[in-house]
Amino acid sequence: MKTIHSIAAACLTLSLLSCGGDKKTDSVPAASTETATSETSTANAYDPKRGIGKHENVDVSTFDPAMAAEGRKLAEVKCTSCHKPTEEKLVGPGWKGVTQRQTPEWIMNFISNPDPMIDVDPELQKQLELCLVRMPNQGLADNEARQILEYMREIDGAK
Amino acid sequence: MKSLKFFGLGSVMALLLLSGCKPKGTETAVTGDAAERVYVAPGKYDEFYNFVSGGFNGQVNVYGLPSGRLLKVLPVFSVNPENGYGYSEETKPMLQTSHGFIPWDDQHHLSLSQTNGEVDGRWLFANANNTPRVARLDLKTFKTVEILEIPNSAGNHSSPFLTENTEYVVAGTRFAVPMDDENGDVPIESFKSNFKGVLSFIGIDKQSGDMDLSFQIEAPGINFDLSHAGKKKSGDWFFFSCYNSEKANTLLEVNASQNDKDFIMAVNWKKAAELVKAGKGRKVVTEYAHNKFDESTHTATSTMKKEVIVLSVEDMKDAMFMIPCPKSPHGCDIDPTGEYIVGSGKLAALIPVFSFDKMIKAIADKNFAGEFDGVKVIKYEAALHGEVQKPGLGPLHTEFDGKGNAYTSMFVSSEVVKWNIKDLKVLDRQPTFYSVGHLMIPGGDSAKPFGKYLVAYNKITKDRYLPTGPELAQSAQLYDISGDKMKLLLDYPTFGEPHYAQALPAEMLKDQVKFFRIEDNKHPYATKGEAESKVVREGNKVHVYMTSIRSHFAPDNIEGIRVGDEVLFHVTNLEQDWDIPHGFAIKGAENAELLIMPGETCTLKWIPKKPGMYPMYCTDFCSALHQEMQGYVRVSPAGSNTPLIYSLNNKKDNAQSPVKAGETK
Repeated sequence: MKTIHSIAAACLTLSLLSCGGDKKTDSVPAASTETATSETSTANAYDPKRGIGKHENVDVSTFDPAMAAEGRKLAEVKCTSCHKPTEEKLVGPGWKGVTQRQTPEWIMNFISNPDPMIDVDPELQKQLELCLVRMPNQGLADNEARQILEYMREIDGAK
Repeated sequence: MKSLKFFGLGSVMALLLLSGCKPKGTETAVTGDAAERVYVAPGKYDEFYNFVSGGFNGQVNVYGLPSGRLLKVLPVFSVNPENGYGYSEETKPMLQTSHGFIPWDDQHHLSLSQTNGEVDGRWLFANANNTPRVARLDLKTFKTVEILEIPNSAGNHSSPFLTENTEYVVAGTRFAVPMDDENGDVPIESFKSNFKGVLSFIGIDKQSGDMDLSFQIEAPGINFDLSHAGKKKSGDWFFFSCYNSEKANTLLEVNASQNDKDFIMAVNWKKAAELVKAGKGRKVVTEYAHNKFDESTHTATSTMKKEVIVLSVEDMKDAMFMIPCPKSPHGCDIDPTGEYIVGSGKLAALIPVFSFDKMIKAIADKNFAGEFDGVKVIKYEAALHGEVQKPGLGPLHTEFDGKGNAYTSMFVSSEVVKWNIKDLKVLDRQPTFYSVGHLMIPGGDSAKPFGKYLVAYNKITKDRYLPTGPELAQSAQLYDISGDKMKLLLDYPTFGEPHYAQALPAEMLKDQVKFFRIEDNKHPYATKGEAESKVVREGNKVHVYMTSIRSHFAPDNIEGIRVGDEVLFHVTNLEQDWDIPHGFAIKGAENAELLIMPGETCTLKWIPKKPGMYPMYCTDFCSALHQEMQGYVRVSPAGSNTPLIYSLNNKKDNAQSPVKAGETK
């Protein structure tokens, strides 16, 4: 519950601070002014290692090839229009090396619900300046986000 | 004039006599806090979804209440270039009829599906008046998902009204016409012998909502105007207002106003359904289209049906009765208890209110005044609860607030009149601007009205808005009806001409709205992921399997198309963010654009007529790089052998030649 509240709060503050971005973000600030006062503290509490979202303590001690294969299939429908498995930037950055740069929690939180993190994360703000397209929310289920993470790990050499 | 206030009917009438049909002095009608009460701050939502008939634009318009803001136009019976409805290959079958493809209709009335007499937020039903049809819209996707043509009918006005558990939707014909299996090439002088007024009963599947023309009743050849089903104790009955009991066929404005009383026809639909089950009725050979939109393939199909069961007046002798009703009744409205039936004789100077209990007793006691074309006529007094005296001029339609009050629109005296159902006393009246037709209270024709607001839908606006040529905007007016007196809060322009409307609390719908999951997309030409994008030639047909995502198409360039080819762009929107549609348009298409919802596939047919380079682009601003979402189609002369190739906007390949060869089958 606390997490959900802090997401909403962070969303609101940042959408107030940020420059507006895409006309079609789905984070319509619906909270009223009472909740706006409690936000500054939660926004400052943004954890750039974990991002914003429900995923934490993702166990990546073993590699699951079946899961990675599922992740690849999903990625071909929802992700590879914009991302290559290499380092090459297409619409978005190439995936190669992402699992070394970011934690599993950060990746899963970001790909599950990109908008609130784009608004706040310093790395994502830099990416947005380069790509100029906000990553679309592709409506991934929890297990789908995990499968895609496994595919990304495979790209980065997990065995 | 400006400072005149209203003191009741007397002064209203005096004003009308002085100034024609325009009441003045609206400034005094609006209270100081009206603006605040209709203001919906940025980021806040309206309290109600209001679905308003589009009249002669053939669509359904969605407004928010209390703001009066137009939220959306939902295409139903007319092609809609905004999103390609009726232009895309998938939606063309929706507008098929036994007369072929019909790109327009006149949309009059709406009904929200009900459970136990209360609105349930599942479906919205709409009628087409001109080429008789009934449509069903799914309120999860706000799309028209089914259209059923109505045979043996013309002017599908008395439609679509629903039973309290959405078992049936009715379609009563406004024009009496010869039956479809009889020769229609007859002299108009034979009206009285050859013309019938048919009532259609469309069964609705409890789960899927699918419609099926269960049976029709061949009633006398009079005009059916409006209808409503009973509820609770009267739930087995349908009531239809009828005019032209004179059966005149020329100069009806005089000749159909001769009789002092026309009728409300009461039909026991449960008994009629039992009669059909028992094998009564004759099979009439006819032709009518049944069009359905499949949610998993995003594609509509049209099936032609050939037969319908028709019950005769004789079959219905114990299940169909006439109640005399003064004079040319329009509205036929049942109060939330199901006991009172309000007729609105639009040429009568009173409002007759009938009692269901008294009607049943009169039938049991055989208290009849005679017969009309074989239908027993109940004695007026035997069914009458009472009359509202001097309510105003031109009563048209009545809705209810659930607190024992009725509200009737007065077309001629341009006002809304509130009265008490039990004692029939007039309680309040407010002017409208001008010539009000239907009224709407959210849930106001159900067993559970949300009696907070009332909207009056007006036929004339005159001086209400900046003039826009001779064709002015029509208008809607919002009243607060939570207190003893109605308070005008707002008026706003509408698409012309609004007829009936329905509304429900926003909470019932706003969280169930959905998009298409790409995984569930069963469209035969879907492209699930850019890797599947391709161009396939089959003779002179070229299928383009195309995807769109912020901010590019794949493929984005195609060469090898020839003049006269039939190019089918099957565009799949790969977005799964629920509010990101993409558009698709190509130069010179004798068609519209496509507007493709997330996860959906739509097809645009394009037949290039001359060689050249044809740009295509996304029409719906989708991201900062929306303007870059574009491509080209190269068209060569017929018979040329330009190779069929396409490029996939692949960065590495982009600077070089296109990367893939099209397939030829």
